[in-house]
Parts: sequence; structure tokens; C-alpha cells
Amino acid sequence: MAYNQLVNGKKGEKHFLLGNEAAVRGAIEAGISVAATYPGTPSSEIGNTLSFIAKDAGVYFEFSTNEKVAMEIAATSAVSGLRSFTFMKHVGLNVASDSFVTTAYSGVKGGMVILVADDPSVFSSQNEQDTRNYARLANMPILEPSNPQEVKDMMVYGFELSEELEIPVIIRTTTRVSHMRGIVEFGDIKSQKGKTVEGKHYNRGYFNKDPKSYIPVPVNVIVMHKILSEKIEKFQNNISSLNINEVVEIKDNAKIGVISSSSAYNYAYDVASLDNLDMKILKLTLSYPTPYDLIYEFIKDLDRVFVIEEVDPICERDVLLTVGMNGLNIPVHGKLDKTFPMVEEFNCDIVREGFIKILNYTDENFSLSHTQSLEKVIGDLPTRAATLCAGCSHRATYYGVKQALKESNISEDEVIFASDIGCYTLGINPPYNAADYLLSMGSSIGDGCGFAVATDQKVISFIGDSTFFHSGISPLINGVHNKQNFIVTILDNRITAMTGGQPNPGMPVDGMGDESPEISIRELALASGASFVRVINPLNLKQTVDTYKKALENEGVSVIIAKSPCTLIKGFNKKPPIKVNYDKCKNCDSCINNLACPAISKIKGKVVVDTSMCNGCSICSQICDYNAFETI
Amino acid sequence: MVKDNYSIYICGVGGQGIIKTSTIIGEAAMNEGLNVVMSEIHGMSQRGGSVSTEIKIGEYKSSIIEKNTASMILAFEPSEVVRGLSKANKDTYLVFNTHPIVPAQIAGTNSYPSVDSIISSLKENYNNVYPVSGNHYAEESGSILSLNMVLLGSAVAVFNFPLDKENIIKAMKNNLNEKFHKMNLKAFEYGYNAIK
Repeated sequence: MAYNQLVNGKKGEKHFLLGNEAAVRGAIEAGISVAATYPGTPSSEIGNTLSFIAKDAGVYFEFSTNEKVAMEIAATSAVSGLRSFTFMKHVGLNVASDSFVTTAYSGVKGGMVILVADDPSVFSSQNEQDTRNYARLANMPILEPSNPQEVKDMMVYGFELSEELEIPVIIRTTTRVSHMRGIVEFGDIKSQKGKTVEGKHYNRGYFNKDPKSYIPVPVNVIVMHKILSEKIEKFQNNISSLNINEVVEIKDNAKIGVISSSSAYNYAYDVASLDNLDMKILKLTLSYPTPYDLIYEFIKDLDRVFVIEEVDPICERDVLLTVGMNGLNIPVHGKLDKTFPMVEEFNCDIVREGFIKILNYTDENFSLSHTQSLEKVIGDLPTRAATLCAGCSHRATYYGVKQALKESNISEDEVIFASDIGCYTLGINPPYNAADYLLSMGSSIGDGCGFAVATDQKVISFIGDSTFFHSGISPLINGVHNKQNFIVTILDNRITAMTGGQPNPGMPVDGMGDESPEISIRELALASGASFVRVINPLNLKQTVDTYKKALENEGVSVIIAKSPCTLIKGFNKKPPIKVNYDKCKNCDSCINNLACPAISKIKGKVVVDTSMCNGCSICSQICDYNAFETI
Repeated sequence: MVKDNYSIYICGVGGQGIIKTSTIIGEAAMNEGLNVVMSEIHGMSQRGGSVSTEIKIGEYKSSIIEKNTASMILAFEPSEVVRGLSKANKDTYLVFNTHPIVPAQIAGTNSYPSVDSIISSLKENYNNVYPVSGNHYAEESGSILSLNMVLLGSAVAVFNFPLDKENIIKAMKNNLNEKFHKMNLKAFEYGYNAIK
């Protein structure tokens, strides 16, 4: 599928789309004018796609420095009458939450949709939090599509609902919805709000001043909160009349009910149909405000009800509340009674296991027994964890840091490595072992401040360029101002790498591919007042080691900017690969054991460089005591 | 209960072109008027780690294949087919590239079973085992980058594969850079003939 089909595709066309691509089509159909994000898996492809097509679609799009700024871009666009869209991963909403909660109070004029992608089973995140809790915290409606078609449709509906209620609407996906590919039938594209302006590629809105609605000082807030609360209550009473939540009959007159939403619904539906169970399913696409009337009508004549949801038992509590408030006597099976697991994503096998526990039917599925030789092969399988790429400059930095510690007679066991969110978190793996503590985006520097206060241990923080712009600057200022003593490493690989290569403010290009001012990390570090600021090329090992040795002797905050481009950047200047000179190699395995480069392996007793993988970074030749690595 | 359904578990190592291959199969299924859902993993899990996609053709809603029910495991790397076996039953088609990618080892902590032992032990346990010299055919076609098309060709060639070869080729054209069509087609045919 070519991206321009998302803009030019006509009503009725069918395409095989990723959930995230479907979200973009939905935004275009809804007539958005402004979109902003900070990239985060599993929501990243929405931004990647928008950055290609925003101009053709008449949309302003930016990669904001963080999710809070993105939220503010969307909120102000929406109060100016435009339809605006912001999207992020689940933990991104933590960053945005301060402004997010208040947007429900101040409301919107143009529709505003906040898509939040949860990550059950944490494929690529630091926690498993459930965004449905945030809908309750902020008192904001939440929609839970279960496949790409529904993602597109809920985007369009979300904007309508947002304008009707004059508050933002959340769309919650999970990894298995955002990264599901399915058939999506296109709808009509609505015209955009605002005014077209000569020479500008997107429409402009107009902000009408109204401090009573928009300035949350105490005297206003009380009124704003009351209005919000009444609005939601009124809407809640009407949900039964909307046909957004549906009852899916697996069998006629079924006496067992299932209540489910999002990706969990898919597993519930498939198992109920495949196993031909006596069930009907209430599928909650609009799950907050809780449709209590609908739940009551659905369960009141049932023998029992299952609640199938990923991650927290939120709907289950709502169902139990419905049972209790109406004096019903119906067993409710979910996470709280241990029918289903409390953590991690579900699948058909897990759902079936839960059904069988309660309904006692036989599973026709079987497990295979293997011959001994296959069992041996399975036992010998190599672990294949995610790893830093061949030629990645982070590997060189980690190696250099360890070498500097060794040469300074400091045991690395005594040094605290405060890590951060990005590819370099992979420094947790041996042989680097360079990640000891990590909380969130930007935390490496705040954690560095804290360890410097709490201990006499040496502290070295590692943070990426994009993460530094995201939330590393204020803790750096904190460290300098409060006279703390630690080393901050900014791994500047000239891209937001882990999420697939988005631009950041350290680059001379913006989210729509236009030229833009490049912000200097070095000058920011100098402006913070740090007593030692150096820019190094981490692929020059001697420079790296010498610089860290000096920093280890410095009092105060030292900032080392390790600048070298990511090997995955388009147009990366790949150097000639390295080969082994077997006359010189002494099989000491130092390269194997200390670098763990994926391009270097030991095959049949010999060190071998995979030349198709090698990027010629030359760190192996810089560390080899026998000069056995040579450029081809 | 759905008839005529078909599910393919595709696995390998990050960067081998697995998502593209899966998308081509899915799009071909859609163009044949079948329902299809597919699951992908992006992000951190990609960096040289094991990766997989799951495709289910038929009236399914969920895109994750149940244990022991895959119609085919298509593996781009020999040890990865073994890692995917929880999805297989005795009749599952096991189609896989024989060229190993040995992960970085640290002080001998990572063993790697011999490819011969992988093939022979699979044959002892499964009825449809199809090793393919994928890297060899890809290089013959012009570039190792066409490896995914070699394996796509092999997948399409197995008995009872539900999609038409011509529709797969059409979807290839819609999803791959035009510049490399000739090479990709060559690779596809190599893989196809290796099984047929």
C-alpha cells in the first residue's frame, strides 16, 4: 500500500492496513487540521505515516519534544475551532497528564481525539499500565476499537462525539490493535474546519477569549468541574440509546454472557465460536462513561457472566457494581476470582483455559511429545535477545566507559549506571552491564542527581539525544544548581532511533520534512552551567577513554556528548567491513567476550566477521591486542 | 466453526523482511475476497532479536494463532523454526531457511545446534518438513535482500496453499520497489521451484 492512498483513497475502497495506518485514514476522513505526537511504540507508525502525507492531506504535523507539548498543541488547536489529534504510547500519557486532565475541564470547540496505545505484555515499554484508568481520572469518554477497521471508524466517531460533548475523547488501542493488520473499507472524507489561508497548507482557526472557561483558577475550576461532571452524567444516561455497544449472539437464548472490549474481544469471540459455547457477548466499544443500564439489561437474566479484558479488572468492577446495586445473584468471572490472569496480554489459549475452569468442557487441543533428539535441539537453542546493532556507537561508548573505569582503578561494581529509554537501554545486557536503574523518559539525569545525593558511589547517566530534549534538560539544570556530582552521557546518534528513526530538535529537519533550526545539545549543556562539557566521537576509543578519565576526576556535573550517527539512518555512510587476519588472531576471544558485536561470532573455533552485517566501525580493531582485524 | 481457514506463523530475526512478506500474503488474501487478520511486532523487539508475524486467513477476529494449530511455519532462520514449534502440530508445514544466524556469544554462553540436527530431528517429529537453501537462492537472484521472496516462493509452493500464485505476485508488485521486481521475481521462482 502506498501512503498517498490514505489521502487519495475513495469511499468503498478496501486496503490491508496496520491499525496505526487506519488511525491516520480515520483522522483524514474526520477532517483534522493539526496533529502532534512524541514517538512511542506501539503508536509510532501513526506519526511516521503522517510525516509522509501531512502536507498532501492539508494537515499540520509535528514531532513535539514530548507528549505534554503534543497535548498542548492539540488542546489549543481544538479550542481555536480546529479538529486536532494527538497520540502517544500509554506511558506518554503520564508525561502529558498534567495538561491532559485539565483539558477535560476547559473543553474544546473543534473535536479533539487522544489516541493512547497500551502495551499489554510490554513488548517495548517500561510498564503495563491501563489507560482506561485515565479515562476515569480525567472523566473523559474512552473508545476501545478491536481491529483496524474499528480504529478508523472510531477516529471518525471520536471527533463527532468530542464536538458534541465539547471535551476531548480518548481512543485506547493495545499493541495487538495498533500492530494488527486487517482489511479496512474507506469512508468519505469530511471537509476541514477553520479558514483556508492563501499560501498555507492547512486551515487556521480562531481563538475566542473566554477566561472563565479557560483559566483554571480556583473560582473558575469549581464551575468547570461541575459542568464536566454534569455533562458526563447526562451522556452516561443516554449511552443505551446509541448503537455503538453491541450484543453479539454466539447462540440463540444463551444463558452465559461475556462482556469484553478491544483486542480481548477478538479472543473471546473466536473461542466462543470455535468451541460452540452457549454464549452471547456484550462488546463495549464505548466503555467509559460506564454504560450501567446496558450492562444491567445484558446480565439480568443470565446464569453467569465472564468479563474478558486486558490489563486491569476495570470493567469487572463495573459489572460487580451493577450486580450489587441491583441485588442480582449472578456469578462474575474475571481476574478478581482468578479465572483469568491479572497481568500480560490474553490470547485464545488463555481465554479458553479460563472458560474451561468454570464450564468444565473438554479441550480438543493437545500437546505434542517430541523425540529425544528434538528435545536436545530445543535445549540447545540460542537465546536471541534484542541487541545493539553491528557498528552501533553506543557499544563503543559503553566499552570506552568501562575501559576508563579500569584505567582509573575504579571497580565498575562500585559505579551506578543510571539508564534511560532508548536503544541504549540494551546496555543492560552483558558484557556491558551498564544499566542499573531506570524509571522513565529522562529519568537517568534525575536519578543521577538522586544517587549523587544519597550515596558516595560514582554515578554515570546515559540518555539519548531525543530523550534529552524530551525531559533531560530540567534535571540537568537541577543537578548543576544543587551542586551534585555525576557524569551525564548524552548518546547523540542524530535520530530518535528505537521508535524507527524520527527527527528530533537536534536535527535540521522537522516532522514534515522541512528544514528547521538545529538545537545544539552542547550549547544547552554549557548554558546549564555544567562544569565539564565535551563532545566526543565514540568510535574514537582513545578519545572516549581519555575524556571519561578526566570527567571521573571532575567535581560537579560533567556532560559528555557522544556524537555519532545511528547505522540505521537512511544514507548512513557505511565504512568498508573488517576481516580477520588469521595469521595474527590468537583466539583470545577478547572481542567476542567484551564487545558482543552481532557481526562477530565464533564459528568452528575461529573468530568470524559477517561482512554483510559489519558497518566498519573499527572498534574491534581498536581493542585487539594482536592487530588481527583489518579493513577489507 | 470456520472451514477453509489457514494460518501462517512467520518467524526469523529482526531485519530479514518478515513484515513485508507477511503483508504481501495478507494483501493477496484480501484480493481473493477472503477475510484476513495479521499480527506484527515492532519496536524494541526488532533489534536483532527473534521476531514473528502471524497471519490468519478465514472468519477469525483474533490475529494470534492458537497453540498447535498453525497450517504453516515459515522460518527465515533454522533455529527460529524450532522456537516456533508451540504453534505446530504433526501436519503443520515447516518451511525454513537453512542458513543460521548465530547470535553474539559471550564466553561460550550461547550454544547453537547444528543445522543437520535441526533438520533430522524435525523430520522425526513432523510430516511436512521443507528446508530451503534460502541464502543461496537469494544470492543467485542478485542479492541477499531477496531472501524473503525466496521463502515466500517456497511457502506458496506447498501442497494446499490457499492463495493463487499470480495473486501473490500481484501483491508483490504493489508492495515492493519497482526497481527490484526482476530480482524479486527471480528469487520467488527459485524458492517456488525448490519445493514444487
